[in-house]
Amino acid sequence: MTGATVAFWVVAVVLVASSLGVVLTPNLFHAVLYLAAALVATGVVFLLLDSPFLFGVQLLLYAGGVVTIVVFAIMLTERLVGERIAQTSRHVINGAVVAAGVFVGVGGFLLQSRAAGARPPLTGDATAAIGRALVGPFAVTLELLGVLLVVALLGALHFARTEE
Amino acid sequence: MSLISYLTLAALVFAIGLFGVLTRRNAIGILLGIELMLNAVNINLVAFARFHGDVAGLVFTLFTIAITVAEVAVGLALVIVIFRVRRTVDADRLDLLRG
Repeated sequence: MTGATVAFWVVAVVLVASSLGVVLTPNLFHAVLYLAAALVATGVVFLLLDSPFLFGVQLLLYAGGVVTIVVFAIMLTERLVGERIAQTSRHVINGAVVAAGVFVGVGGFLLQSRAAGARPPLTGDATAAIGRALVGPFAVTLELLGVLLVVALLGALHFARTEE
Repeated sequence: MSLISYLTLAALVFAIGLFGVLTRRNAIGILLGIELMLNAVNINLVAFARFHGDVAGLVFTLFTIAITVAEVAVGLALVIVIFRVRRTVDADRLDLLRG
């Protein structure tokens, strides 16, 4: 067993355990903390796949940004109602059956797919390649994404502002 | 590790996120489940990009992350405004659009 294999199994266990924590814990605030752990574990998976730049983006945007605004949303709604928001679940059996069905379906498809080749050797710096692709073939998409972000954040601001 | 193991891990996280979306009553809890599902998709994209030596997968992962952030911002703003109007974030009781 090489170091990479051990690292994969460790991060896989952490990722699955914290994901289960997100969907199973009754306390919503704890669920967000588990989500932060799951997002960092996903970032480590990116690191194992030789994408240090995406690891950084994942930490900054997800673990830094998304978790922070979710925590703020929980604080705002709990503060407004003045009581703890109990996090209950419904239709647990049905949900588990559907989720297991999706997993079995995808897993079965993976099992009968032909064995993928071994990991090709790393060619060049992935970060530099991403940068070249972003200003080359994907330049228009990047600009559209900037427009989308501005529109989405302005929309969020419009929804959430209080009427003066 | 082979490509299959990364894809299986992503499928497992996707199924867990789907379970959360289906069973949570709280709208914020549903959003957390959607986050998990989108993360699983990102793992798939990065794994395919690495094992096929194609940078497009990494670029699209960046796009997915940015779109997810926008989606979470709008989603949480909606949750807050719904909360202000209805005093609840229980998805079962949000039936304003019922005919």
